[in-house]
Amino acid sequence: MMEMHLPVLQVIVPLLSAAICFLLGRGKLPWMFATLVSWVTFAISILIAIQVSDGSTLQYELGGWEPPWGISYNVDQLNALVLVIVSGIAAVVFPYALRSVEREIAPEQHGLFYTAMLLCFAGLLGITITGDAFNVFVLLEISSLSTYTLISLGKDRRALTSSFQYLIMGTIGATFILIGIGLIYALTGTLNMADLAERIPQIESSRTLQAAFAFIVVGFGLKLAMFPLHLWLPNAYAFAPSVVSAFLAATATKVAVYALLRFLFDVYDVNFTYEAMQVQYLLIPLATVAILFASIVAIFQNDVKRMLAYSSVAQIGYMLLGIGLVNATGITATLLHLFNHALMKGALFLALGAVCYRIGRTSIQQMAGLGQQMPWTMAAFVVGGLSIIGVPLTAGFVSKWYLILGTLENGWWPLTAAILIASLLAVIYIWRVVEVAYFRERPEGAPDVKEAPLSLLLPTWVLAAANIYFGVQTDFTVSFAKGAAASLLGGAP
Amino acid sequence: MDTLGLFNYWVVIFLMMAGFYTVIARGNLVKKIVGLNIFQTSVFILYISLGKVSGGTAPIVSDAATAYSNPLPHVLILTAIVVGVATTALGLALIIRIKEAYGTIEEDEILAMDQKDEGRE
Repeated sequence: MMEMHLPVLQVIVPLLSAAICFLLGRGKLPWMFATLVSWVTFAISILIAIQVSDGSTLQYELGGWEPPWGISYNVDQLNALVLVIVSGIAAVVFPYALRSVEREIAPEQHGLFYTAMLLCFAGLLGITITGDAFNVFVLLEISSLSTYTLISLGKDRRALTSSFQYLIMGTIGATFILIGIGLIYALTGTLNMADLAERIPQIESSRTLQAAFAFIVVGFGLKLAMFPLHLWLPNAYAFAPSVVSAFLAATATKVAVYALLRFLFDVYDVNFTYEAMQVQYLLIPLATVAILFASIVAIFQNDVKRMLAYSSVAQIGYMLLGIGLVNATGITATLLHLFNHALMKGALFLALGAVCYRIGRTSIQQMAGLGQQMPWTMAAFVVGGLSIIGVPLTAGFVSKWYLILGTLENGWWPLTAAILIASLLAVIYIWRVVEVAYFRERPEGAPDVKEAPLSLLLPTWVLAAANIYFGVQTDFTVSFAKGAAASLLGGAP
Repeated sequence: MDTLGLFNYWVVIFLMMAGFYTVIARGNLVKKIVGLNIFQTSVFILYISLGKVSGGTAPIVSDAATAYSNPLPHVLILTAIVVGVATTALGLALIIRIKEAYGTIEEDEILAMDQKDEGRE
């Protein structure tokens, strides 16, 4: 009985819990409740993933209204994978939040903080699971509005301006998506994605449809920080509280990439995207510039958090490059990188959060000599860093491997070279931190630092270990990514 | 007929561009929010215009009417209006906090202060 309702519970549980969390007031209660909710949600996502692992799809009709009139939630391998990673990251980040938030956010705001986190979480899951185009917009705004408040909670006053900047750019992006959806609705008279997929091929030459496509691609481009629309991201991640940076870096942009994929290949179809609109000619140059330029900028950052943020822009470039390759291996690489990047950035930002907990800031000079004093934290950072570089036996290697295979399949070796060069650039920016942390002495007069508390270390290491686990044991990720890529390129869901 | 028939859409495009320009070109944060509002309003009008069926009446069943306007875009846009109100409220709240922290709401002055902060670090 309950199994039938799993798709809707995935969203309803965190959404309603946010309201309850608001009523719980101060103290540890909101945190305990939010953590419990994140675990329940993670369990639900795993149950859903098991149900669709054979390639079947789940459909849930909200309120029993049949689509295309009612809203339906559809789950296939593609969004099951995204649901698992989003709720998995949440299940790791929430336990971590307690100590970190105690240090970084005023006590009277704790209840509200967890409420906003749960709302953001619910919004992200909703975007992932819904089968209704307008629903995507509404849930996108639920997650975005709570993201703006979360970023503005950072200690530095620049958190306020970065949050405002993100609010302006995010709202423009969301409004573009709204315009696109409105134009599609005007043409087809439906908002259900499966229904749209059936009707769009009949009107493919329509100029309005092409305009809608452009609006939607640019709108999601803003949300997922596609170069050169990434300007909001470095500041937002650098000044947000540590927990928020970790959660957003690992989930928010990934969900936007997912939504873009869904629109490119399911709502519109493969032929329209690649042949009529030739989206690859837009994505490949932008993605290549993003991976090279953002990696170079990352090398010159003084603040490690900001460095990781620029690295995120580069990693998003890899995902878009995968879409631009126009073959199944490329899409598989995109999906794998979507999953793996969440693990590596999650681990890196959580390790950095532990550093911030002990020394109060994250500029690179302050981290001198931390390798001896916080060995476990820095070791986790190194594991995450190796994964970003793409060293074999880490998750990052698997996705880069598929990406390189995809470029070679087309014979586009300059792109292969770009990927390898960007990996070398990643070696440089990760090495800068490693060098400072392990091979320099603590500065004179700096207070002695202890290892981070266990409640911070444990979640960090869960993600660091996941980086290694999914680098060795690739059955789950690769089979889901391949299945999803095949169904995306195979036409209607 | 066509020029007049497309009147709503001309208004939409005009408001959209005016709002978008204001967001980009103005340095004052409140003016940015106002621009954002105009930009969003243009989309509301777009949706509302979509739902109008010429000769149709309000979608309430009656014997006198034969054609009804499509109510769905109107309902959709009601949701978008609520989202717009929430965004505006949040934006204005942030501006108040920025004013408290920086003492100004002019973008270039804030930027100059941030750069000074970064130089000191």
